[in-house]
Amino acid sequence: MTDYSILSLAKNALNGQAGWAPAWRKPDPKPEYDVVIVGGGGHGLATAHYLAKDHGITNVAVLEKNLIGSGNVGRNTTLVRSNYMLDRTLPFYEHSLKLWEGLSHDLNYNVMFSSRGIINLAHSPGQLDVFRRRANSMLLNGVKAEILSAAQIAEKVPALDVSDAARFPVLGGLYQARGGTARHDAVAWGFARSADRRGVDIIEQCEVTGFLKKDRRIVGVSTSRGEIRAKKIAVVVAGSSSHVLQQAGLNNLPIESHVLQAFVSEGLKPVLDVAITFGAGHLYISQSDKGGLVFGGDLDGYNSYAQRGNLPVAEDVATALLAMFPAFAKVRVLRSWGGIMDMSMDGQPIIDVGPVPGLYINCGWCYEGFKATPASGYTFAWTIANDAPHELNAPFSLSRFQNGYVLDEKGRGPFPGHH
Amino acid sequence: MIIDCPCCGPRPVSEFSYIGDAEVEKPDMQAPVADWVEAVYTRTNPRGTHLEHWQHLHGCRQFLKLQRDTLTHEIFAVELAGVYASGAGE
Ligand SMILES: Cc1cc2nc3c(=O)[nH]c(=O)nc-3n(C[C@H](O)[C@H](O)[C@H](O)COP(=O)(O)OP(=O)(O)OC[C@H]3O[C@@H](n4cnc5c(N)ncnc54)[C@H](O)[C@@H]3O)c2cc1C
Ligand SMILES: [Zn+2]
Repeated sequence: MTDYSILSLAKNALNGQAGWAPAWRKPDPKPEYDVVIVGGGGHGLATAHYLAKDHGITNVAVLEKNLIGSGNVGRNTTLVRSNYMLDRTLPFYEHSLKLWEGLSHDLNYNVMFSSRGIINLAHSPGQLDVFRRRANSMLLNGVKAEILSAAQIAEKVPALDVSDAARFPVLGGLYQARGGTARHDAVAWGFARSADRRGVDIIEQCEVTGFLKKDRRIVGVSTSRGEIRAKKIAVVVAGSSSHVLQQAGLNNLPIESHVLQAFVSEGLKPVLDVAITFGAGHLYISQSDKGGLVFGGDLDGYNSYAQRGNLPVAEDVATALLAMFPAFAKVRVLRSWGGIMDMSMDGQPIIDVGPVPGLYINCGWCYEGFKATPASGYTFAWTIANDAPHELNAPFSLSRFQNGYVLDEKGRGPFPGHH
Repeated sequence: MIIDCPCCGPRPVSEFSYIGDAEVEKPDMQAPVADWVEAVYTRTNPRGTHLEHWQHLHGCRQFLKLQRDTLTHEIFAVELAGVYASGAGE
């Protein structure tokens, strides 16, 4: 398969687009692999890419029950940032942001990463102090952060109501200029194509229904397309983590599955060229390159595996949107949908070896997982190849909940969905 | 979702607040740490029938115990929780 380049574009423009090959093969599963990755979301596909690229492990299959990209990687609102506070979480997200900055070149696939900047609004002096603390923590970790005044925000976001008459007047905000958005589908497809080109089998419509065991060790999976054996089985199925890992004997993960909705409006002329979050409620919004406003808010608030939400949250999200941008009152919503979030008890993920021999787990991403896709794949591949965590994901152990090393960025306690 | 409150009848979900998994049992104060880790941090998180506590916050304020399907959102049973639950105190 040829590289995508200006040359291949020109060639195909002249020959009626006849020269394009499918971006990845559709192989049948082999009976055995070195590594089987369960879950063809962003993280599973990124793991395959980095296993092949960084560790030379290419006898790998990614098993996806549906089509790749049909899970959360294709359902999220695509905010990418590294404005975290804790010394044990920030370096991971910063590494991810650095990988994003070179990702299109690394994959030879345009993931449309756009560092348009991200602003978190503060509506009270206390909130502004909390953002100052976070900004200072970022600066201490070598990550640029700025505190903007209301006037500076008004200049960057003319559509935003920063007047004193606003329902929740804006006092300032935390600004990370390097944050932004990316095209979610392209991320799944780009990682898939890159892994496939290095020899990884991407097997769609192949649902894992059980695990094969020899003594205590997991040695393979049973799937809707037969049994597949592997030396190492890596499970990275986001919202389905508890459900899938129960079949491997893990009945008590620190995770609850909850539904999160997202909304897209009709296409508008450019009106919003940064990503922005509301501080007095829960809302985040950006404008896609096609012109649609892409936004979301709170979880629906109860355990759910249904990839759809209820109307009260849609109303709540719309209310928060209008409190920020009264001018959007007449904008029509085109689509809304839901994704199942693997909400962990401290708001941070688990990327770890075990706890059963032969098994590697990657889950608990909450709403944080899209920005983390490159670093999650990078560190999970390392963890699988070396049978030990990389220093960046060492804090994301499963045992932290027993040992008292939880990663509670906001100090909100052991409640899924409060982070 | 519509929840059929035993006190108030069928009411929209927005009147209720979610408490969480009703099968988590608080261990004895002297119980080993592992029991507390389980109660505080781990959940069975089933895809399917789930027993859960809700409160009819903007209604009768009673705590309720629901049996609900987490995949279809179908509600199979609603009863009062705690000391008022059917069979409690027998
Ligand atoms: C509405 C919404 C908005 C979000 N907004 C943001 C945001 O702005 N920024 C951000 O950083 N994050 C955001 N997230 C979170 C982010 O999307 C997820 O954390 C991340 O995509 C999860 O990793 P993934 O891509 O691997 O998951 P997924 O794409 O869900 O991949 C998991 C895959 O596993 C497959 N699978 C499940 N069970 C099996 C089985 N038995 N056998 C085989 N395959 C199986 C599924 O079909 C799925 O394709 C948002 C999520 C949602 C739903
Ligand atoms: Zn009631």
